[in-house]
Amino acid sequence: MNSDWWKGLVVPAVLLGLAELAMRFHGSVSMSLAAPTDIVIAFGRVLLNGSLLAATGGTLVSAGAGLIFGGFIGLLLGILFGLLAIVDRVMEVTIEAIRPIPSVAVLPIAMLIFGFGYRMEIAIVAFSCLWPVMIMTRAAVGGIEPRLLEVSRALRLSAVDRVIKVVLPAALPRIMVAFRLAAGIALVVAVTVEIAVNPLGLGYGILVAQQALQPDVMLAYLVWIGVIGWGLNVLLSLAQNRLFGRAGQVEVVR
Amino acid sequence: MKAWRILWLALSFLVAILFVWGWQMLADYRIVSPVFLPGPDRAWRSLTLGFTTGDLGMKFLSTVERMFWGWLIASLLGIVLGAAIGTSPRLRTYLAPTLEFLRPLPASATIPVAIAMLGLSDGMVLSVIAFGALWPVLLATIHGFAAVEPRLYEVGRALRLSRPAVIFKIALPSASPDILAGMRLGLTVALILSVVCEMIAGRDGLGNWILLSARSFRAPDLYAGVILLGVLGYGTSVILAAVEGRLLSWRKRAR
Repeated sequence: MNSDWWKGLVVPAVLLGLAELAMRFHGSVSMSLAAPTDIVIAFGRVLLNGSLLAATGGTLVSAGAGLIFGGFIGLLLGILFGLLAIVDRVMEVTIEAIRPIPSVAVLPIAMLIFGFGYRMEIAIVAFSCLWPVMIMTRAAVGGIEPRLLEVSRALRLSAVDRVIKVVLPAALPRIMVAFRLAAGIALVVAVTVEIAVNPLGLGYGILVAQQALQPDVMLAYLVWIGVIGWGLNVLLSLAQNRLFGRAGQVEVVR
Repeated sequence: MKAWRILWLALSFLVAILFVWGWQMLADYRIVSPVFLPGPDRAWRSLTLGFTTGDLGMKFLSTVERMFWGWLIASLLGIVLGAAIGTSPRLRTYLAPTLEFLRPLPASATIPVAIAMLGLSDGMVLSVIAFGALWPVLLATIHGFAAVEPRLYEVGRALRLSRPAVIFKIALPSASPDILAGMRLGLTVALILSVVCEMIAGRDGLGNWILLSARSFRAPDLYAGVILLGVLGYGTSVILAAVEGRLLSWRKRAR
């Protein structure tokens, strides 16, 4: 694996080279494609004039805030459902009726309530992050060694103490996995909302570049969005391994 | 045991009905402005009206059609490509890093690029859906094929099976749970992308309908559309789960 790392770069390098050659030989000005070198130049331009960083900030702020809100509610619900089997069973139909609603379907509702801007985007991101966090937290709490809960009962811990001192630490590695997945979802949903209606962030930037017939800027944005998604994933995986080591390498449920 | 299960289900239905009743109360007493939250009665009326006198049924069908074809193309392509990449370790070392880099890319970010290349056409919508739904299927298939018990391949070699025979008789059945899980994820992606594409490109369908309803403050129509989308999401996942259960029933027996 270690001596083969360069092999992964061969395919993208060849593709980029071919694209460059094709665009140079073809020679015409395209409205939909650009040569890789032009994309790099366009990337430098939007980076220097600050528009790229502002857009990145907008997207990350809404994705992050939505993740925090939705993740927190999902965490609370997941702990509640995981600890109290009665609540879980009684709420089953209600949850299963709301959960399959696609995240983008709540977009017009959020638009109606909040108008355009951060609040609407955060609400949609929170709605889509809530479900995976809730389901995985529920599974994590339900999978806690029963003897730990017996101990907490024997020690007569209060409900709050039981959650903070026993349940959360025991379920934390799997909850971390849930948040890592939800972070990816948050970014995807934020960009989607921006492309569909919301005039801010990276999604709006790429849409404006397309409408202004600047394929080089558009593709620069596309590559940048890819880099951010990839970077976020790598960063969170590293953090997870650092914080939990082998305990973090648990199976993802559902 | 089964009677208990039915009892719990009935109880949880009751709770759901209670929630709908609470929603009705919220709307009736105008605790939340009816501009944002019409009662379930008005949403229901708008739903039935849309189906009987309007063309909501047509919009529903065109969204379903879009989602289905995009998903089907993605699934077939994903399985074929995944089988090719998954059965060859050499291809894997060359392609896996590229695929890993492309995986977290939000599929909706390709919409502007697709619009620039193909215009606001149905072909654009279909290719965006197919591209977006391709990733879950492709990566699951590669994983499924790579995770086949090596001894099964050895048996195939001992029996001197040809490569297609190995794929169809050994690898595909063994990878089918992974592939079906990927296809299920792909279906969710396909539904989301159909709705987004309809919103952006203005193609006729549920996505366009709910966006226009919100823009003209027709809240009951909007909620009717959202309910319909929820039903669509639920229905497709139930159907796929049933297909999965049937296709994979041999695995349960084998154990």
